[in-house]
Amino acid sequence: MAKLTINKELCKGCGLCVTACPKGVLGVSDKDTNGKGYYVVEEVDAAACIGCAFCATMCPDCVITVEK
Amino acid sequence: MATVFEKPSFLTDVPFHYCPGCTHGIAHRLVAEALDEIGAQGHCVGVAPVGCAVFAYNYFNCDMQEAAHGRAPAVATGIKLTNPDNIVFAYQGDGDLASIGMAEIVHAATRGVNITVIFINNAIYGMTGGQMAPTTLLGQKATTCPSGRSAEVNGYPIRMCEMLATLDGPSYIARCSLADVKSVKQAKKAVLKAFQNQKEGKGFSFVELLSTCPTNWHMSPVQALDYVKNQMTAQYPLGVFKEV
Repeated sequence: MAKLTINKELCKGCGLCVTACPKGVLGVSDKDTNGKGYYVVEEVDAAACIGCAFCATMCPDCVITVEK
Repeated sequence: MATVFEKPSFLTDVPFHYCPGCTHGIAHRLVAEALDEIGAQGHCVGVAPVGCAVFAYNYFNCDMQEAAHGRAPAVATGIKLTNPDNIVFAYQGDGDLASIGMAEIVHAATRGVNITVIFINNAIYGMTGGQMAPTTLLGQKATTCPSGRSAEVNGYPIRMCEMLATLDGPSYIARCSLADVKSVKQAKKAVLKAFQNQKEGKGFSFVELLSTCPTNWHMSPVQALDYVKNQMTAQYPLGVFKEV
């Protein structure tokens, strides 16, 4: 069981974490935006997360904290 | 639950100003993680460049000095010589380091000053709007070579690592990519090694990181990573070019 904490206000919706994730846990929202107006990343299948932290490794903005 | 990954303490809480998907953010994090690991907190001075990373002084949790365009290695040399116990690093882009700052980087390297230089190569001038850089690939389009860089008109791209590796001064020269998870993990090791070298007094260390500029390449962030993997690494092969 792993847990992702996404700091949405820092997210720019670039999607690098989405392509890095081997389990399809993340997706860029098509309706949820942050204060800067970016469509932010969200968990679409949180239960599939294995805590590999590939998403956080590729995130340029330190948006994601991973706990396992 | 144990924390597997969190923002390193060497980065401040100031949000990065970089464009979405710009790998400057990853490079900043790798530098911060390395500084955390070698325990540089409290005795570290960084030198920020001119270019997209000009605000680096807001992001690193240590003393920072802004340098004139291209002069970061010269400023870092001065800081290191007057405060040899400090960990000193310069963080520069390709327009800064390989163009206007060519003399400074070559002479800092050949002098073998015990500093660490992190070189972000994204093959274009980002901040000023996408002009051709010394590292722009042949055929790559930029605002000052709109039909693509040609060797006849514009000359060839410069390979900094190979060039500096011919000098006797440097102790460590490596090129890594930030194009995927595996590459980022390798880059992390190289950056850490560059800082450990300095801590051990081994001399000048230089790490080039192949980076993206989705905005000025006119690509999505994911396409830009593919461009690094398929095009840039062909021109700029990855590896360690010098290790003493």
